[in-house]
Formats: sequence, structure tokens, C-alpha cells
Amino acid sequence: MSAPVEIISERREVSLIRSVGLIFRKDILIEWRSKSRLVGMSCYAITLLMLFAFAVGPDPVMLQKHASAYVWMSVVTVSTLLLSQSFQNELESDALEGLLLVPVPPAAIYYGKALSNFVWILLLELISLPFAVLLFQLDLTTSPLQFVAVLLLGAGGVAAPGTLYAGLTGRLASQQLMLPVLLFPLLIPTVLSAVKATNLIINHDPFDQISAWFAVMCAFNAIYWVLCGVMFSKVVDE
Amino acid sequence: MLILGVLLIVGAHAWGLTAPLNEAQMGITGRILYVHVPTAWVALLVFCIAFGAAIRVLWAGSKRADYIEEASLEVGVVLTIMLLVQGSIWGRATWETWWTWDPRLTSSAVMAISFAGILVLRGMLHNPDKRRTISAVSTIIAFLNVPVVYFSVKLLPSIHQLQSTPNTVDSEMHWPLRTAAFGFLFLSLGLIGLRARVAELRAFRTEEEPDLPPVPETLQVEV
Repeated sequence: MSAPVEIISERREVSLIRSVGLIFRKDILIEWRSKSRLVGMSCYAITLLMLFAFAVGPDPVMLQKHASAYVWMSVVTVSTLLLSQSFQNELESDALEGLLLVPVPPAAIYYGKALSNFVWILLLELISLPFAVLLFQLDLTTSPLQFVAVLLLGAGGVAAPGTLYAGLTGRLASQQLMLPVLLFPLLIPTVLSAVKATNLIINHDPFDQISAWFAVMCAFNAIYWVLCGVMFSKVVDE
Repeated sequence: MLILGVLLIVGAHAWGLTAPLNEAQMGITGRILYVHVPTAWVALLVFCIAFGAAIRVLWAGSKRADYIEEASLEVGVVLTIMLLVQGSIWGRATWETWWTWDPRLTSSAVMAISFAGILVLRGMLHNPDKRRTISAVSTIIAFLNVPVVYFSVKLLPSIHQLQSTPNTVDSEMHWPLRTAAFGFLFLSLGLIGLRARVAELRAFRTEEEPDLPPVPETLQVEV
């Protein structure tokens, strides 16, 4: 009769940060063991970059002028597919209920998944970027720190609302349609700022305008990361 | 409320269209102001109602708020589409183009698409509890577009003029504009009330369906 008491007394409270870390580690490990999805997504992003180039034509000046738009449009398009898969592992094996029954706050599940999506989008950016540099003859060496900041803020601005909407639309039969319909309007401020900031970096920012676009990206990242974390608990209650 | 709204709109236009013309640059086309500006004000206000209803759905679990949210989203999307069409006509007359990538125009179109997406999503969710929660969450997040639309003319000045108020127009236009705005407000509130009632009756019919007889067991035919 004393065994259950001992088990209860030994159970430790898991902090929010540790819970986030555990869920993040689980998602990263599952993806890392297969790697097939990342390879497929990277191939898709590079194909999109080439398609944009084919559509515009071989004019190097024109391609360089719009290169930032092609890079971010391919990242956003491919990220939508990546995000739509973020709850599929749990849904396919009926493990979502199990995950929700784990005694951690729903916010931990959201932030764990959002962080893992953030890492995958960042990896996607890093893999497709050398191809963009090569295809469009870009010079990103003038302000590398600013460029890293654009990549981080861009990935964050897509991952935060994307994870919430992936959870919202996860059980829908037409998720592949509804996720971009709902998500793309929300991504416009982030995508617009990322495209403008990348363009300024490519063109050496002659009038020092980049800080305004950084401010927009920071503001939307802050709003999305906080608001979506709060909203996710309401979604999983259902 | 619907009749009052229609009367006010008709009265305001009769008043505004016959008043002396004190518009130096746009001439007669400037009179589209009496329909365009109130549509814009009321569209943003209706989305505020949807936002308030969505908060009430999430924190109080109110079914009535869900009906109001659904109705407000529909009326708001219709008003925003009207706004874009009127703006396009006005733009053709004054800017000589049906569409320009001005931040106000673009953000208004994005706002219409994001709220229309929620209406599509609602149609795909058949579980009423899930539909209520998911559309409330989506409405709250999509509402981020509303301040972007409102402040776009100040933050990113372009071809569109700054926010219009009764004080930014000639005194002759002041009262017709205000009357038209109240007309659109009452009409929209009346439509929201009616549409919310339709949503309530539809939900009642779905949830209160009579118990169907049990499905008979499969007949086993012995050969």
C-alpha cells in the first residue's frame, strides 16, 4: 500500500522551460532521424528559386533587383508545407491526446513545437541561401550581422503564427488549403519587412532605412510569440 | 433599426448630393465621400464587434457571442468588399487607375481576405464547440489587421489621404457625412442582428434534431 505514496512523493514538478525543451528535443529528434523532409523541402525551395528566375528571364540586373523577394517567397511557400506537417506525427499515431495529457501547460507544447519549426525554417533559409547567392549573384558580405538578424526575425515571424494555425487546421481534411489561406495574410508584415531589409542589405542601405524594417519585424515577432502562446491553450482545450 | 439605417442613408445622400459643391479638386466625384468614408468607418467598427464577441466566446463560452461574431464577420467582409469597389471607382476618377499598391488599399484587401478565410474555415468545421473556439482564436489574431489598416495612412504615407473625419471636410459636407455614417451603422447593426438570429436558429435546428430510430441490425439471410 505504500508504493503509490512513494511514487507521488518522488514526482517532480517540471518547469515550463524544461517542458518546452523536452518537446522541442522530441520534435527535432524525430525530424533529424529521418531528414527526408528537410531534404525534400530544400529541393522544393531551390526549384522555386529557379522557377522565379525562369519566369523573369535571364537578365542578371532584373534578377538581382528582385532576388530578396524570390528568396523570401520560396522560404514562406515551403515553410507552409513544413508547418502543416508539424502536428502530423501526433495525429497519425493518435498521440496528440497523449501529448495533451502530459502534465505540462499547453503553452509548453506550443513553444516547444514553435521553436522546432523556427529551427527548421532557419535551416531551410541557410540551405537555400547559397543557391540564391549563386543564381542571382548577390553580395551579402557587407553587413553579415544584419543579414543574420533578418534571417532570425523572418524565421521567427513565420514560425510563431504558423505553428498556431497548423494546430488549428491540423484535423481538417483540407488543411493544405486552409493553412496558407489563414496564414499568408498574417505573414505580410513579416515578409514585407524581410524582403525590404534584405534588399537594403544587398544594395548596401545608402539612406540607413533598415532600422525601421527591423522595428516592424521585432514588433510582429513579439506580438505573435506572446499572443499565439496564449491562444494555443484555448485551441487545445477543444 | 434596418429601416432607420436606410432612411438615414437615403436622407444623407439627398442632402449631400444637392448641397452646394465646395470641392475644388475632385468636383462631382468627390461626392462619393458620403458612401465611401462611412463604409470604411463602419467596416472597422463591425470588425471591432467581431473581436469583442470572439473574446467573449473564449473567456465566457457564450454561444450568443459566437452568433454575433459570425454575423459581424460576414457584414464586415461585405462592407470591406464594398469599400474596395467604391475606392477603386473613386481612384479611377481621381488617380486615373483602378488599383494602386498603396498601403491603405493593400492592407484593406488583406483584411478582407483574412476575415473571409475565417468564414471559409467556419464552414469546414462541423463540431459546434470546435468551430466556436477555432473561429474565435482566428478572429482575435486576424484583428491585428484592423489597426494596421487604420494607421497605414499615417505610418506609410502614400497616394491615399489621411484618415477622414467630419472635421477634415467642408462644413457643408459635415452633417450629411455624419448622417450617412449613422445610417450605415444602424443598417449594419440591423443586419448583424438578423444574421445572428439566423445563425442561432440554424444552430438550434442542428442541435435539437429529433432522435432518429436505431439503425436496424443487418438481416442475415440463411441460404
